[in-house]
Amino acid sequence: MKTNLMKSIRLTLVLIVLLCVIYPVFISFAGKLSKGKGDGETISVNGKVVGYANEGQSFTQQKYFWGRPSAVAYNAAGSAGSNKGPSNPDYLKDVAGRIDTLLKYHPYLKRSDIPAEMVTASGSGLDPDISPDASKIQIKRIADVRGLSVQQVTDLVAAHTEAPLLGLFGPAKVNVLKLNVALDLLKK
Amino acid sequence: MNTELLGIAVSFVLMLIIGIPLGKYLAKMFAGEKVWTDFMKPIENGIYKLSGINPNEPMDWKQFLKAMMCINMLWLVYGFFVLMHQDKLPLNPDGNPGMTADLAFNTIISFVVNCNLQHYSGESGASYLIQHFIFMFLHFTSAATGIACAVAFFKAFRDKTTTNLGNFWQYFVKAITRLLLPLSIVIALILTFNGTPSSYAGKDQFISLQGDTVHVSRGPAAQMIAIKHLGTNGGGWFGANSAHPLENPNYLTNITEIVSQMIIPIAMVLCFGYFIGRKKIGWVIFGVMMIGALMLLIPSISSETGGNSAIAKMGISQPTGAMEGKEVRFGPTATAYWSTFTTIVSTGSVNGMHDSTMPLTGLWQLLGMMINGFFGGCGVGILNYFIYLIIAVFISGLMVGRTPEFLGHKVEAREVKIAALITLLSPFLIMAGTAIAAFVFTNHGNADWAVKPSAWLNNPGYHGFSEMLYEMTSSNANNGSGFEGLGDNNIFWNVSTGILMILGRFLPIIGPVAIAGLLAKKKFIPESAGTLKTDTVTFGLMTFAVILVLNALSYFPALALGPIAEFFSMPK
Repeated sequence: MKTNLMKSIRLTLVLIVLLCVIYPVFISFAGKLSKGKGDGETISVNGKVVGYANEGQSFTQQKYFWGRPSAVAYNAAGSAGSNKGPSNPDYLKDVAGRIDTLLKYHPYLKRSDIPAEMVTASGSGLDPDISPDASKIQIKRIADVRGLSVQQVTDLVAAHTEAPLLGLFGPAKVNVLKLNVALDLLKK
Repeated sequence: MNTELLGIAVSFVLMLIIGIPLGKYLAKMFAGEKVWTDFMKPIENGIYKLSGINPNEPMDWKQFLKAMMCINMLWLVYGFFVLMHQDKLPLNPDGNPGMTADLAFNTIISFVVNCNLQHYSGESGASYLIQHFIFMFLHFTSAATGIACAVAFFKAFRDKTTTNLGNFWQYFVKAITRLLLPLSIVIALILTFNGTPSSYAGKDQFISLQGDTVHVSRGPAAQMIAIKHLGTNGGGWFGANSAHPLENPNYLTNITEIVSQMIIPIAMVLCFGYFIGRKKIGWVIFGVMMIGALMLLIPSISSETGGNSAIAKMGISQPTGAMEGKEVRFGPTATAYWSTFTTIVSTGSVNGMHDSTMPLTGLWQLLGMMINGFFGGCGVGILNYFIYLIIAVFISGLMVGRTPEFLGHKVEAREVKIAALITLLSPFLIMAGTAIAAFVFTNHGNADWAVKPSAWLNNPGYHGFSEMLYEMTSSNANNGSGFEGLGDNNIFWNVSTGILMILGRFLPIIGPVAIAGLLAKKKFIPESAGTLKTDTVTFGLMTFAVILVLNALSYFPALALGPIAEFFSMPK
């Protein structure tokens, strides 16, 4: 027992050096070569950071494309889903409320035009993306508010629609922040 | 076929392309044959020397288990104190506070036993020091512990009659230097070049496009997320685990993470066959496990892509499926796929919230963890399966009226008793645990704990019951995923699940290794016409039937109260 304990202590110390110092420090140096230098990739406008490319942020103003509902109000110092079960009556009321809000701001929509992700909270609360369908339903609102033509905004959405991985795997998506940054530039 | 289905198809194929050759490699490597990673030998010798270990010292099953338990207990003590005092230790740029005693108790057990149930949230509950020096360290070592114990069990059947199960330290170190560490480096690089942070910088702050001030948690996460999946650990850097856009930034990282958590469990099964020189038995076990996995996977995908009928009733279109708790970049298909594999192997990482999945998906998740032997965790999966095998051998023996034998060794009363006890342990812990929780919830709703029992559940009715059942099941299976709506950071859940995790880890390791040690000592009986063949399809089906019957009998009542009742209460 005693010899086992001594071996255990010594082995633990050796492995801490290998696994908790050498390995992670090596990776963090390699990460310096990546796009965000290992700090996370940011998006800047006029030299000022306005967000992280991979993290969604709250868009509530009418002139912007909206992202998904978030259980943590897009607070990126935390992350969580709503953890509401599919049959929870309070949750279903929330969903009904979100549908009403969407219909209020997009009076031209039918209920069946609304894709599910616009009325359900994401898993992380920081989902940066919406589906191409979810961006298309907002085009008319954005065009009206900004005084742009529907065609202009449609083209912008098309340009910011990311195809599945290699065109084959996984869903197509639109990064809301990148789209909104481009939208602001379009105005000028 | 749509792109979401193609996405999981490619994940499935990659998992086999990597997992199968890895099994052959592991068999050779652990047998000490020549392999291409022999260049690691000097490093290993250095580790042995610095630790005072003789890697060639033979161990019988008792010595082997003593060494294993000794180092694991040491980590429990080490981790417990560091967790409680992280606020006074370096590498804490965000100033996170120390953990309470009951949370530290729960958390350290959780990581030592490869469970990774998390009652804290990574962003606000864990400094970089403990994320790396405790959690990531234990990600490596708990996986290596499981693999080492499985190799000892393999060794028992490689030789005809032996008391030597090999050397724990050698298997343990080689599992790290020749499997976990090299692959983790590859995975961590893929992650960091796809946007997962890997630097030691603390929280960032910026003004968003709309003018809100936003704080962003970051940190050296890629390193930990790599081994978190490879070692079937599952404990994430961020609270939302692999649903978090920095922990799992795009579809490529999603494939990487889901494939990396499956390859070792698959490889270990095939490794068993190759290691003992009977590759057929490895493939038969693989077949049984794969059929089991697909039987859980296909209905999960169908129930998630079907969408939520209550939302459909409101007139909303769900073109890809149910989206609550899911991320757009993965979609419901990939989340359903992930949820099945993460529950049958003991990873427990999630790329979407299980609490919000459809009732039947929840049923399959629970069942996957209850069975806990369809591939299962690193090393421990095959050990769990071995218990089912012994029961199947015993029952088949009774049916045909022969002395039960497994690979040339008589299976007698002592071994069957151990196997039966281990089989009964899981239902006992899960049922008793859930029953006590339900009792406290109904009768002591106002107990003065950090979260009052009356406020535990995030959802009413059947789903609320499922939240408690899931937590207990996940702890016992050392899975670590959760119906995270449960208010679990209080003394009741911290202590009860802590006890479940430690029993659910070590007894199912000690049992099979003991059985293997006892069998290996017995005289080897050469195969004859009268031998029950354990490497045939028939016997595979027999084992499968044993697994189904045992688990259906044990768990059906509880499942009927939770997910099944909820399913029937949904609008059609």
